Amino acid sequence: MKTDINFTVNGEAVREAIEPRTSLADVLRDNLSLTGTHLGCEMGACGACLVLLDGAPVHACLVLAVQVAGQKIETIEGLNNSGLVADLQEQFHDRNALQCGFCTSGMLMSAHALLSQNSMPSRPEIRDALSGNYCRCTGYEAIVDAISATAERRSKIVEGVQ
Amino acid sequence: MKSPAFEYMRAESVLDAMAAYAGMDGDAVYLAGGHSVMPAMALRLQAPSLMIDLANIEALTGVSLQDGWLRIGAMTRHVQAMTNPLIATHAPLFAAAAPFVAHPAIRNRGTLGGSLAHADPASEFPAAAVAMRAELEIASQTGTRRVPADAFFRDIYETAIEPGEILQAIYVPNPVAGQMIGFDEIARRRGDYAMVGVAVQVVSVENTMTDVSIALFSVGNKPTRAVGAQAALIGRALDGASISAAQAALGDDLDPSDDPQFPASMRVHLARVLLGRVLANLKAVA
Ligand SMILES: Cc1cc2nc3c(=O)[nH]c(=O)nc-3n(C[C@H](O)[C@H](O)[C@H](O)COP(=O)(O)OP(=O)(O)OC[C@H]3O[C@@H](n4cnc5c(N)ncnc54)[C@H](O)[C@@H]3O)c2cc1C
Ligand code: FES
Ligand code: FES
Repeated sequence: MKTDINFTVNGEAVREAIEPRTSLADVLRDNLSLTGTHLGCEMGACGACLVLLDGAPVHACLVLAVQVAGQKIETIEGLNNSGLVADLQEQFHDRNALQCGFCTSGMLMSAHALLSQNSMPSRPEIRDALSGNYCRCTGYEAIVDAISATAERRSKIVEGVQ
Repeated sequence: MKSPAFEYMRAESVLDAMAAYAGMDGDAVYLAGGHSVMPAMALRLQAPSLMIDLANIEALTGVSLQDGWLRIGAMTRHVQAMTNPLIATHAPLFAAAAPFVAHPAIRNRGTLGGSLAHADPASEFPAAAVAMRAELEIASQTGTRRVPADAFFRDIYETAIEPGEILQAIYVPNPVAGQMIGFDEIARRRGDYAMVGVAVQVVSVENTMTDVSIALFSVGNKPTRAVGAQAALIGRALDGASISAAQAALGDDLDPSDDPQFPASMRVHLARVLLGRVLANLKAVA
């Protein structure tokens, strides 16, 4: 039986009729056409489906849409439009930190969450933060470079302001 | 794959949830963080007609000190084990274990209660609970009872929780003077389940160990208490000789099965290496 669920996606209130078995990822992609949230494994292993739920990254494939009633979701589209990850995106681009791009939205979610908690992560800390994100193309090195470079640039900007 | 169809309810109380479960004749599943149960449903290993979400139940949340124990609500998330200051000081083995549990996003959602109720023998938190001599509070329709962690874990995916019952809270005894802890695991890749892991809690007074509690994981069908290694340490100073004695005794404590890529003798060897490493690096907590 479908239930009406209200929640917020990228700052906009949405109301959708949802079957309990439908994952948050499927609602974002199929009902709301937010296809930046990718589905690889649908088992929590690959990290392609990460979204922010009340600010914290979670796997949209392992959360039922009915569970998020009343909560706030941010997808890669929202992060992109806010400009909050523009510098990360630029570094990913400049350093070839993506090839097919399938993993990239999840990588950006993990990177964004890491840098919000730890403004100057070491390379092992970056690798640790990405341990739940699979990339089958890049070999990860360029992704770690991009995140590390973004952290450095952000710290220079902060210094410059002070 | 997608889960088969089911109905969903968000329970408002423990009694509410148990009544809904009872009404389904066992064809229901409780939903905590969903990070074990949702993959199992996607693989069609489980196909309940009703999912009962525990997320709204106040009695399953919160971390507080109560009469010499730290009470940790079952719905406390893995990430809180890493960030909650009460857990850091009063249930330090949970804090030490948490960084080894899965990956950051999973820790945002997975719950301590879910991990203990699921009782995967390769999981970190169950061994930490055994080593800390935690007690698990289980609610049934007739009341609640507290079960020591040693008796709680029975077999692979099997605990003292009877069908329909709910794990309400984890109680950890407050640390005493001279208490030290250590936790480590050997895994192929960061965040993967361990090939072998060790949780240790020791009380040492005037250079003599008066209490030793050691639990290993991924070495059997449940978290395994190392009775012989504990006995080899008790009453002695923590030094090279006592550590070697504990490592030697560990062989009799463990009886892992061979698996295709991994002979039992290698698991025992790794357990010995790891136990030595952890004992040599114990950290004071109280
Ligand atoms: C990719 C991936 C990697 C992982 N790696 C690790 C790892 O390295 N180490 C590790 O320990 N875990 C790991 N996990 C498992 C993760 O930690 C789970 O979140 C956890 O084991 C289960 O907790 P949950 O809250 O998600 O429970 P759920 O999946 O919601 O529930 C698990 C089971 O317990 C029952 N249950 C839950 N709460 C209660 C309760 N209060 N009372 C009674 N029954 C209850 C449920 O009905 C269900 O049968 C991993 C998971 C994934 C997806
Ligand atoms: S699709 Fe969600 S983790 Fe792979
Ligand atoms: S760029 Fe192809 S999977 Fe990462």
